[in-house]
Amino acid sequence: MSKVTKEQVLRSSGVNVLKCMRCGKCSATCPSYDEMEYHPHQFVYMVEKGDLEPLLNSDSIYKCLSCYACVERCPRGVEPAKVVEGIRNAVLRQSGMNHIKAENIPEMLDEDLPQQAIVSAFRKYKR
Amino acid sequence: MTFSYYPGCTLKTKAKDLDRYGRKAAEALGVTLEELPDWQCCGGTFSMSKDEIASKLSAVRSLASAKDKGNDLVTLCSACHNVLKQTNDAMKNDPDFSAKANNYMKLDVPYNGETNVIHYLEMLRDKVGFDKIAEKVTNPLTGKKIAAYYGCLLLRPGKVMQMDNPENPTIIEDFIKAIGAEPVVYPYRNECCGGYVTMEDKALAKKKSNKVALSAAENGADMIITACPLCLYNLNKNADESDIPVYYFTELLAEALGVKD
Ligand code: SF4
Ligand code: SF4
Ligand code: SF4
Ligand code: SF4
Repeated sequence: MSKVTKEQVLRSSGVNVLKCMRCGKCSATCPSYDEMEYHPHQFVYMVEKGDLEPLLNSDSIYKCLSCYACVERCPRGVEPAKVVEGIRNAVLRQSGMNHIKAENIPEMLDEDLPQQAIVSAFRKYKR
Repeated sequence: MTFSYYPGCTLKTKAKDLDRYGRKAAEALGVTLEELPDWQCCGGTFSMSKDEIASKLSAVRSLASAKDKGNDLVTLCSACHNVLKQTNDAMKNDPDFSAKANNYMKLDVPYNGETNVIHYLEMLRDKVGFDKIAEKVTNPLTGKKIAAYYGCLLLRPGKVMQMDNPENPTIIEDFIKAIGAEPVVYPYRNECCGGYVTMEDKALAKKKSNKVALSAAENGADMIITACPLCLYNLNKNADESDIPVYYFTELLAEALGVKD
């Protein structure tokens, strides 16, 4: 994977990671906490340190539900979900890094699945 | 009262009841919903990245076309509402994004977030009034214990959505009272059901959906109501440890107004 820089992630997410006071409230409220190897507060902290490689290679980026709980409940207005999204988009933008492929969609479908789920998954998991 | 109306792709297909009952109920309340003639699918979820421009343009086009009509734009699907509201906020408050989007779209007059986007529930509360609705109810749902499921997208991020207090909302509970039923407040009403992760990690979607459905049932609810087709799907299909029924709020409104067929 070509180099993804800290500056690139900061610019894309628009987040000021320096505002974080490391209280961990974002991670405590995250509904995907158990499924994540790195938690929202670690995304913020590790991007601040420029320690991107573990995040770029972790499945944690696909576990965020975009539920905005961390955004709403962070006492410092850091908006950790935007950092998670910034890392995920950096990965997806590398060619060949689509997390789901169109040809795999049919096997995921059932008669009740709303279009919304498919359209959203395309936006969150592929380019 | 006339509004522009954005149905969204899901309401044209899997969630026809959300749309159909929403239209019938509006008619009974003396509200005219004019479907935007040239709406495009909003993409289902807002891209939080500032450098994502192209994927936000379909929402911008719908918003700009509503501006030409000159009425408030009413949404019904929670997800569409969230996407349109957040995109509109970016057009208004992020000059870099709005310059780029306007540049792509080449409109005669630039669009800068002028359209007022309101959810159907806000239309009921702020334009019609829950007291007026209560007067028009012919078939009150007396004795029914109903759990409102807000999920995430109606309320958050609160500073953009501005529908209600994101941690202690009352709008759907007030709606439930207006149709003559009894609201059940329970801890998971504004926690996520898993959303689109059902496409990536079914086990996670099941875990989250079961938490919501079981929490509503444990607190004594007979049913759950929602404004979101994906919430409905998750709470019906992925919440496999509970059999509490889930309905669109518009179906109950139509029933209470006596216009459900
Ligand atoms: S809640 Fe906010 S301040 Fe606390 S750790 Fe998370 S990002 Fe940092
Ligand atoms: S938006 Fe993502 S990271 Fe934030 S609380 Fe929700 S699932 Fe967790
Ligand atoms: S949120 Fe859904 S239903 Fe609404 S238009 Fe967008 S994708 Fe389609
Ligand atoms: S589908 Fe789930 S993720 Fe979406 S609004 Fe409904 S609660 Fe949130």
